[in-house]
Amino acid sequence: MTTFLRDTATVLSREIMPPLREPVGLLFTMGQPLLFLFLFGALLDGAMGASWQWFVPGILVMMSLTAPMSAGYLLLMELIGGSMERLMVTPMSRTAMLVGRTMKETVILLCQAVLIILLALPLGFRPHPAGVLAGLALLLVLGVGLGALSFVLAIRSAPGGTLFYMVMEVVLFPVLLLSGVLLPVESGPAWLRVAGQLNPITYVVNAERRLFSGDLVHPSVLHGLVASLLLAVLGLWLGTRAMRRGV
Amino acid sequence: MIHARGLTRVFKLKKQRVEAVRGIDLDVEEGQLIAFLGPNGAGKSTTLRMLTTLLPPTSGTATVAGHDVARDPAAVRARIGYVGQKNGAGETFRVRDELVTQGRCYRMTRREAAARADELLDLLDLRPLAKRGPNTLSGGQRRRLDIALGLVHRPALLFLDEPSTGLDPKSRAEVWSHILRLREAYGTTLFLTTHYLEEADSMAERVVVIDNGEIIADGTAEQLKNDLAGDHVTITTATEQDAATAARIGAAVSSEIANGTTVRLRVANAAAALPEYLRALDAAGVKAVTAETTRPTLDDVFLTLTGRSLTDDDIPA
Repeated sequence: MTTFLRDTATVLSREIMPPLREPVGLLFTMGQPLLFLFLFGALLDGAMGASWQWFVPGILVMMSLTAPMSAGYLLLMELIGGSMERLMVTPMSRTAMLVGRTMKETVILLCQAVLIILLALPLGFRPHPAGVLAGLALLLVLGVGLGALSFVLAIRSAPGGTLFYMVMEVVLFPVLLLSGVLLPVESGPAWLRVAGQLNPITYVVNAERRLFSGDLVHPSVLHGLVASLLLAVLGLWLGTRAMRRGV
Repeated sequence: MIHARGLTRVFKLKKQRVEAVRGIDLDVEEGQLIAFLGPNGAGKSTTLRMLTTLLPPTSGTATVAGHDVARDPAAVRARIGYVGQKNGAGETFRVRDELVTQGRCYRMTRREAAARADELLDLLDLRPLAKRGPNTLSGGQRRRLDIALGLVHRPALLFLDEPSTGLDPKSRAEVWSHILRLREAYGTTLFLTTHYLEEADSMAERVVVIDNGEIIADGTAEQLKNDLAGDHVTITTATEQDAATAARIGAAVSSEIANGTTVRLRVANAAAALPEYLRALDAAGVKAVTAETTRPTLDDVFLTLTGRSLTDDDIPA
C-alpha cells in the first residue's frame, strides 16, 4: 500500500509540474466555460431572468465535462509518443498511474471551479457557503469518473487517436445540452425530457443547483451523488482494467 | 540474462491471425552485446516488447534478469532498462523533471532521484538542456535523453529498440560511443534491434537474424559471413565474350554469373582463390582487366538465407 501511495504521489507530482510552472495555461483550457459564464450567462440573465444561482452550478458541471477532454488528450499524446511506454516498463503500479493522473485532473478542476465561483461573485452570484463546499466535493467525484473514462477512451483510441476525437465530438455536446446546463430541459418536448432523464449528468446538475442554493438535504442531492459515484466507480474500474491489460 | 523458450505472439487483425513471432528460443549471457537484425515487420520489436513485459506472450516462456516475464513482470521491470523506438520523454515536461520522475518510478527517494538525474545529465552531455522541453531538442539530443531515461536505475540489462534509426551519421556515432562507454564502465548487457547492417556488423558481438517471426541465424558476424555467405572474387574483362569464358571457368568453384564484362564468384577464401583463378584465366587466354576480393556483408548473409536483400523495402505484410 505504501508503494502504491508513493507511486501515486510520483505520478501526481509529474503531472502537476507543467501547470505549476505555467499556470496561465489553465486559463486557456477554461476558455469555453468562461465564455459561457460571461456572454451566455449575461444573455440568459436578461432574456429569461434566470438567476446566477441557477446558471453558475451548470457552468461548473460543464467545465468538469470539458476538462477530461484535455486530460484524455494529454494521455493520448503520451500513448502516441513513447513516454507512456517508457513509464510502463518501470515497476510502477498501473493503478497508481491512473489514480495519480485522475488526482491531478481533480486538483486542476478544483482550482478552476473556485476561480469560476470567485469570478461569478461580482456578477451577482450568491452561493450558500456550506453548499459551495458540498457542491465542490460532488464536482470532484464527477471529475474523477469523467477523467478516468476519458483515459479509457484515450487508451482504446491509441495509437491512431481518431476514436477519441470522434467520441468527444459526438458525445460531449449532446450530453451537455441534454443535461440542462444551459437551458432547462423541463420546458422541452417529452422526448427531450426522457433523454435528459437518461443522462446521468442531469442529476449532477440538479444536485449542484440545490447544493449551491443551500438546499443540502433535497432528494436531488442524493440522486446526483449516486450518479457521480456510479460514474466514478465505472471509470476507475474500466481504467484500471485497461491499464493492467497493457497499453 | 535472457532465456526464452517457444516465445510466440499472435495478433488478431480484422479477424485474421497474424503470427508476429513464432516460437523463438534464445539465450543471452551476462555482458553480451547482442543485435537483433531483421527487416521491418520481422518481429524484432514484438519480441523485445515481450521480453520487456510490455506485451504478454501468446505462448512460450521467457526469463529475463532471473524472473519470468508473465508470472513476475514487476521484478523483471525493476531490473531492466528499455529505450523504445519512440522518444521516451513527455512533450509537456522538462528534461531534468523527466529524469527525476524516472528515478521516482524506480522508487528512489526524491534526493536520490535528483542526484542521479544530475549525474546522467553530465554523463550524456545534456546539462545545458536540463530546463528545456523535449520538443525543442534535436534528434540526437532526444535520443541521448532516451538513453539517459533508460539508465536511471543502473540496469544490468538494457534493451534498445532501433537506437540509431532516423539519426544523422554524427548523432549515430555519438549515440554509439555513449552506448559502448556504458558497457565498458558497467558491464551492462545490451540487447538491441537494428536494421542497419553496418551497425550490427561492427558493434555487436553476436548477431541474431530474425525473419518472419523466426530466428534464422545466430552467431558472431564473422561466423555468419563465413558459414552462410562466403567471400567474393570479382573480375572485369575487356569484352563480354571474355567474361562468358571467365564465368564458365569460374563455374567449377562457384555458381555466380557474368553481368556484362563483370564476373563475380563466391568462394570460401577469396585471398587464396584469386591467384588460382587468374592463372586459370591466363591459360584460357582471357585477360582480366581488374580483380578484387570482398568480404561478404551481413546483407549477403540475409540474401543467402532468405533470397531477399535486407536493404530492399519492407517485406510484404
